[in-house]
Amino acid sequence: MATDPILELRNVTKAFPSHKAVDDVSLALQRGELHALLGPSGCGKTTCLRMVAGFETPDAGQILLNGDNIAPLKPYERNVSTVFQSYALFPHLNVFDNVAFGLRQRGEKEVARKVNEALELVQLQAKADRKPAQMSGGEKQRAALARSLVLTPDLLLLDEPLSALDPNLRQQVRGELKALQRRVGITFLMVTHDQEEALSMADRITLLNRGRVEQVGTPQEIYLQPANRFTAGFLGAVNWLDEIGVRPESTRLSHEAPGDGARTHRGRVTDSTFLGDCYHVVAEIADGRQIMARVPRSQNGYHPGDQVHVWWQPADELHLPR
Amino acid sequence: MKRLRLYFLAPSALILAALFLIPLLIVAVYSLESRGAYGGVTPPFTAESYIRIFDPLYLKILWRSFWVAGVSTLVCLILGFPLALFISRAGARRGLYLQLVMLPFWTSFLIRTYAWMFLLRDTGLINTALLATGLLRDPLPLLYNDFAVILGLVYGFLPFMVLPLYTNLEKLDPALLEAAADLGARPLTALARVTLPLCRPGILAGSILVFIPCLGAYLTPDLMGGGKSIMIGTLVQNQFTTARDWPFGAALSLFLMALTLGLLYLASKRSSGEDLL
Repeated sequence: MATDPILELRNVTKAFPSHKAVDDVSLALQRGELHALLGPSGCGKTTCLRMVAGFETPDAGQILLNGDNIAPLKPYERNVSTVFQSYALFPHLNVFDNVAFGLRQRGEKEVARKVNEALELVQLQAKADRKPAQMSGGEKQRAALARSLVLTPDLLLLDEPLSALDPNLRQQVRGELKALQRRVGITFLMVTHDQEEALSMADRITLLNRGRVEQVGTPQEIYLQPANRFTAGFLGAVNWLDEIGVRPESTRLSHEAPGDGARTHRGRVTDSTFLGDCYHVVAEIADGRQIMARVPRSQNGYHPGDQVHVWWQPADELHLPR
Repeated sequence: MKRLRLYFLAPSALILAALFLIPLLIVAVYSLESRGAYGGVTPPFTAESYIRIFDPLYLKILWRSFWVAGVSTLVCLILGFPLALFISRAGARRGLYLQLVMLPFWTSFLIRTYAWMFLLRDTGLINTALLATGLLRDPLPLLYNDFAVILGLVYGFLPFMVLPLYTNLEKLDPALLEAAADLGARPLTALARVTLPLCRPGILAGSILVFIPCLGAYLTPDLMGGGKSIMIGTLVQNQFTTARDWPFGAALSLFLMALTLGLLYLASKRSSGEDLL
């Protein structure tokens, strides 16, 4: 690797009375990347984040920040900062004092200038004297970001950063967060259960399941070359034919037989659902399996009962043993 | 539905009218009449009783009452806040600890006050034990003074401080304290900068619930304070019994009530918008 990782988890394990939340997890974050910890609820991603922040102590393993083991340190002794899922802005303080909180703890000078710069970064200068209760969800998130970024942490931790926002705002904030990360150059570690969020925002993704790492890679690697069936299935729907998987968007339907080289099955359409930008069509092939296909609106014209050819290119197949 | 709601209100409204409003009116009328030779009231109407309240003798008693109630409230706050904090962080045992806080209510306040007196008096358990050790030659003056009154009031009203504080602390989002630690605040700093300011409504509510009953307390100052440390409650009682000055007793009661309402009004203005309970 070109540079030392900024954060490294080495064989980290954490058990709670009821279950083992994190089971021998190792991962390394590169300096300046936006890394997503992705997985279903209960996979251990939040526990990982809380251990890096210092709210939980690992039972075993090391957490190295710039090469130093920070696992025994208290949260207030580490130069990492967290943007909480609920934002956790102090309700009795206005935005300015919220952002100034950490600087004042450190006894830094020029608090006002630094706070104003941070507020400018998230375009919240005009709301400096507002209390959190008087702000929208998006503004609260930006205030929480400013409160953390003003401390120039080595690492910024984000716990489900978009989950508390209105759905129509999320798409926009994805882009803004990513742009902000590029601008400040700080390494972001983000926890999410939303694979689309992880794919669209992260430089690299670590996929967790039941406290273990399933796969680490870029969004393209994880989506196009899943290491196992869990990864393939978590990142999107898959049609499974024994050892072979095909994603619905790679699956084609036609009335006429396709050209040479395509893998073809005869099938009968059993269901067609309009999704706005496309149709979700299900066809039953000879052995009784239901195959899903995404059909562009322009190729609309499949109705339940239609006899069709179901086919795909061999290059689109995922070869994954059970 | 609106009609039904009025029916729900009716029983308590009737009881309050019969047992609170009408007696209050009677007290108000009494306070403006003249003193009868053997108790009771006679015409003519006069404001004499209200003027007498401002006699330095009575103002001193009033001031003492405020002082004792204020100190008791402060001591309740100092003892109650850590206790409420402890209970709010006790996890599954919260319920048990809350029950323990309320346990004293299972016996009569009068009996508990007598129990304190048995502990504190010159021949009581504490002094007997201290004298037996030979450390002291004379018993400590634990009873029949301000110390005893404040001790009795703190003991009696501490739960009224703890409960609103607990309710307040329990509602605090734990993420706020994590955020404070995350931003570099040590636990004591987080307590001072985050927990305490966010407990203002609970502190205010608890202080009101303790201060007002302490101000008008009668039983504790009378039994544990002895004759020496008289408070306004005892003064009122005296007017209706030994002093046989009903108008003055009535005037004192109303004056105390007006003061209390004034304080409540100020408190509610200062905490504008925040819930008191």
